[in-house]
Amino acid sequence: MPVLKGKELRIVGFLCNWCSYGGADTAGVGRFNQPTDLRIIRVPCSGRIDPLFVVKALMNGADGVLVSGCHPRDCHYAEGNFYARRRLEIMQRFLPVLGYEAERFEYTWVSASEGQRWQQVVASFTDQIHKLGPAPKIIGPQAADTLNQMAAAL
Amino acid sequence: MNKPLNYAYYPGCSSTGTSLEYDMSSRAVCAALDINLTDVPDWSCCGSTPAHTVDHSLSSALSARNLDQVASMGLDSCVSPCPSCLANLKTAKHRMEDAGFRDKVNNLLDKPADTRVETKSVLQILVEDYGIENIRKKVVKPLTGLVVGAYYGCILNRPAELMQFDDLEHPMAMDNIMEALGATVVPFPLKVECCGASFGIPRKDVVMRLSGKLLDTAHGIGAMALVTACPLCQMNLDMRQNQINKANGSKHTMPIFYFTQLMGLALGLPEKELGIGKLCVSPRNVLDAIDANLKEKAA
Amino acid sequence: MKIGVFVCHCGSNIEATVDTAAVAAASREFPDVVFATDTMYTCSEPGQDEIVAAIKEHNLGGVVVASCTPRMHEQTFRRTVERAGLNRYLFEMANIREHVSWIGKDRESNTNKSVDLVRMATEKLMRNRPLYSKKFDINKRVLVIGGGVAGIQAALDCADGGLEVVMVEKAPTIGGKMAKLDKTFPTVDCSSCILGPRMVDVAQHPNITLYAYSEIEEINGYVGNFEIKVKKKATYVDWDSCTGCGICMEKCPSKKATDTFNEGIGKTTAINIPFPQAIPKKAKIDPDFCTKIQKGKCGVCAKLCPSGCINYEMQDEFVTEKVGAIVTATGFDLFDWSIYGEYGAGRYPDVITSLQYERMLSASGPTGGHIKRPSDGKEPKNVVFIQCVGSRDKSVGRPYCSGFCCMYTAKQAILTKDHLPDSQSYVFYMDIRAIGKLYDEFTRRAMEEYDTKYIRGRVSMIYPQGDRLLVRGADTLMGAQVEVDADLVVLAVGAEAAAGAGELAEKLRISYDSYGFYMEGHPKLKPVETNTAGVYLAGACQGPKDIPSSVGQGSAAAAKVLGLFSKDQLESDPQVSVVDIKRCIGCGKCIQTCPFGAIKEMEFRGMAKADVIETICQGCGICTSTCPQGAVQLQHFTDNQILSEVNALCRF
Repeated sequence: MPVLKGKELRIVGFLCNWCSYGGADTAGVGRFNQPTDLRIIRVPCSGRIDPLFVVKALMNGADGVLVSGCHPRDCHYAEGNFYARRRLEIMQRFLPVLGYEAERFEYTWVSASEGQRWQQVVASFTDQIHKLGPAPKIIGPQAADTLNQMAAAL
Repeated sequence: MNKPLNYAYYPGCSSTGTSLEYDMSSRAVCAALDINLTDVPDWSCCGSTPAHTVDHSLSSALSARNLDQVASMGLDSCVSPCPSCLANLKTAKHRMEDAGFRDKVNNLLDKPADTRVETKSVLQILVEDYGIENIRKKVVKPLTGLVVGAYYGCILNRPAELMQFDDLEHPMAMDNIMEALGATVVPFPLKVECCGASFGIPRKDVVMRLSGKLLDTAHGIGAMALVTACPLCQMNLDMRQNQINKANGSKHTMPIFYFTQLMGLALGLPEKELGIGKLCVSPRNVLDAIDANLKEKAA
Repeated sequence: MKIGVFVCHCGSNIEATVDTAAVAAASREFPDVVFATDTMYTCSEPGQDEIVAAIKEHNLGGVVVASCTPRMHEQTFRRTVERAGLNRYLFEMANIREHVSWIGKDRESNTNKSVDLVRMATEKLMRNRPLYSKKFDINKRVLVIGGGVAGIQAALDCADGGLEVVMVEKAPTIGGKMAKLDKTFPTVDCSSCILGPRMVDVAQHPNITLYAYSEIEEINGYVGNFEIKVKKKATYVDWDSCTGCGICMEKCPSKKATDTFNEGIGKTTAINIPFPQAIPKKAKIDPDFCTKIQKGKCGVCAKLCPSGCINYEMQDEFVTEKVGAIVTATGFDLFDWSIYGEYGAGRYPDVITSLQYERMLSASGPTGGHIKRPSDGKEPKNVVFIQCVGSRDKSVGRPYCSGFCCMYTAKQAILTKDHLPDSQSYVFYMDIRAIGKLYDEFTRRAMEEYDTKYIRGRVSMIYPQGDRLLVRGADTLMGAQVEVDADLVVLAVGAEAAAGAGELAEKLRISYDSYGFYMEGHPKLKPVETNTAGVYLAGACQGPKDIPSSVGQGSAAAAKVLGLFSKDQLESDPQVSVVDIKRCIGCGKCIQTCPFGAIKEMEFRGMAKADVIETICQGCGICTSTCPQGAVQLQHFTDNQILSEVNALCRF
């Protein structure tokens, strides 16, 4: 469905199955209200997340991407979140090169018991993306606008 | 000491009246320890309890102006002997961190107040900045044989988040100073209990009961004297001791010192500079006993 | 693929804030979706039957259910589609309850979001492939960590069921907290009479191997085949030959060692047996207090030991055990109450913990069952109990109720009167929580028959007055301040997660909450499971529990293990990585990053290739995001599948 105009932006979340997906479930069980922008993709481990997934999401029109895994040393697969941290840390530094503010991406750690923390993470990240506004679109109907802007900038 | 200690000094109104001896002894002790105190120019009353019970912004306006005066002196910290003034100064600084409140207060003042300076009590700078061990080195006339209890009162370190000094239930700052001065410190179990404070005026019976209990307990644990760090506590225990005796049928003759007075004595300062004569319950017997002990030791 | 979509109302749980009919209608427009409907309770029997019928009627090749979290019902629905003849992996869930309807009330946004989630699920499902499990052999031995009452119950039930059990206990004796208790509520029967024989059973059971004074060093492997490295801490006594005669303890000249078993009431000797009924009844040396170890002089125990088992040079030893399942029963520890300045922060010797009091009440305790004030050894007259010390107190970070303190306080008040008929007990409480069979009747008895004075309110201060303690508090029912002259104050100290619970959880790869208590698989339906296959919980490690509940969980965990081991082989999870040999360039990066050593190098026509060992692969997918060629793909979570979800979301 298209983004609800004036209400939502498109935020994609990649969550590991064991900690953060469970944390988001715990937030639901606790009825901790959250903004509705985020759509969660479940992956077994944050170490499964190829940084290109994040880039692909942004290039296809996401306004923000959030990754969440187990806390360091709590990874269900022992060390997946450490790989994730390295990869994503570097990927984030390249986002401005691609024309995206680094703040459009964030990674964090939320355990399965931290429902309340998940609520805060979602609320503050959503807020952060709303402050940035929609990301420039390079495909789809608005692509032409972006191109014109780029041309004007040159 | 490595670097000179410089503070703005906010005496508070009690220092000009009922607790003149606290002010005198605080200044004398700091001078003797090379701690420089510079009076805050044109300081005003902190508003004490009456101001903040009526209006928080008016109360904070008074304190904010005083803090601003300190900032204009180019100093970053201010000391006050009085815990009540201290609480008001700290509360104002804390409340002024809220933008809405800050605007409200600044509207009441001639110019926006700079409230960034830190405020500490005289006790706190002596313990934390000067240091107990350095005090110990300066003692020339140890208080040998003086059995003393330390009474802190209820607001010197409360609320903990605001005052940020010593243990909430079991402060030790004055106990440690007294020990360093050579006195025998008895653990005073009611060290953070309330003396009845300003109820001395509307409900004297409350002070009679609460302060009476403090004196009874101090006597019970064998203290010859109590030391305090608060003008109101000292006044209730000292000036009202006769009233307490009358109300409770007790016979206390317990001297109530400011801790700075005993520090001054141990540092060898003359009694006159410390306002010893201004105490209502005569400390003569206790002081003579210390002297006798010293002589005995010397002989 | 023909796809069917089922959007669940979950009663009103979802329907109240999501227009499920609209979600179903929108789903019909998705590619490949040939059937979509909304149902009241998809997980119910008619709900599941509807799925089976739809698969048959519409010849569906895959099913999406939009309902609760897959962590709740993914397995349920996989079985449903399997019943209709589909492969269980041709199924996807959209979580529109926990992630949508429960976290927002805006029906428009929720409906819109639900449609997105269903679209994601269908796009992924289109790329799902049938997967088939492999069978693997399992090791039918079980490890029980912790030898308290929960661990003992689990171990004995497993052993009686014919399993080999390895029990690892941190302390020198099993028995846990229960062994320290004098009596138990609400029957006031003797704790050691109940537990003692069970402890002996553990020692004598042919199926149980006990490692006391040992800790878990390392855990490797996975359900069915764990490899455990156990650290046997140095006891300086050869336990194979120690007979527990106790001569060493009688003659040891160093009598100032900390008496952990007696909660620091009194001291013990440097070489000691914790208590007469200890299992194993073996001596160990506390090296911090042993004169021989500290100063090189003494050696009395070595001279006197009739079996010559003292060895001052002993070192920690490591043994490896192989098991197929693990029961964690590590229990709890007491909250460190010294944070409470108003109770004296530990300055007053006559303010003690409930567990210290329990040791004092016990006939085998340091005072021989006599209640004595630690300060002067006198019998107290007024005993004040303070409840909720480190429980239900946000200001010390313990907002939860420890559950059993109300009951043991009532028990201790009753026992006080039994021991000292002239005494008077006072209990400061917040609420009485006596939810259990005969529990409320029991607290009533303490009040009515034993004349315990219950005061509803908190204590603000304890201070010495003469040789007594003055306890000042609020009586919130009377709206008054109360002061009680006490000879002894007993703090009902709350429970917290056992020391080291977090480190052990990391080794077990299980989750724990912010207080350190282990997370169960599901709060209602999986109380003793964890989210790590083959690891189970029993007792207070999961949250404070009294004895009956702990024992119940011990048996429940044992039932789970026996159930798991009822088959000779387990089915492996087919969500594992596979290597596309044509794309693999043999760089070996996946071999380096795999945390489980599940990938090895093989030779194929003279070229190096990666090869996944299916039964070792845990399905994390780290290799997949490492591979520069996209040659290793984690099945069910391939790059194409995840990217299809991304693309389903980011199309506008």
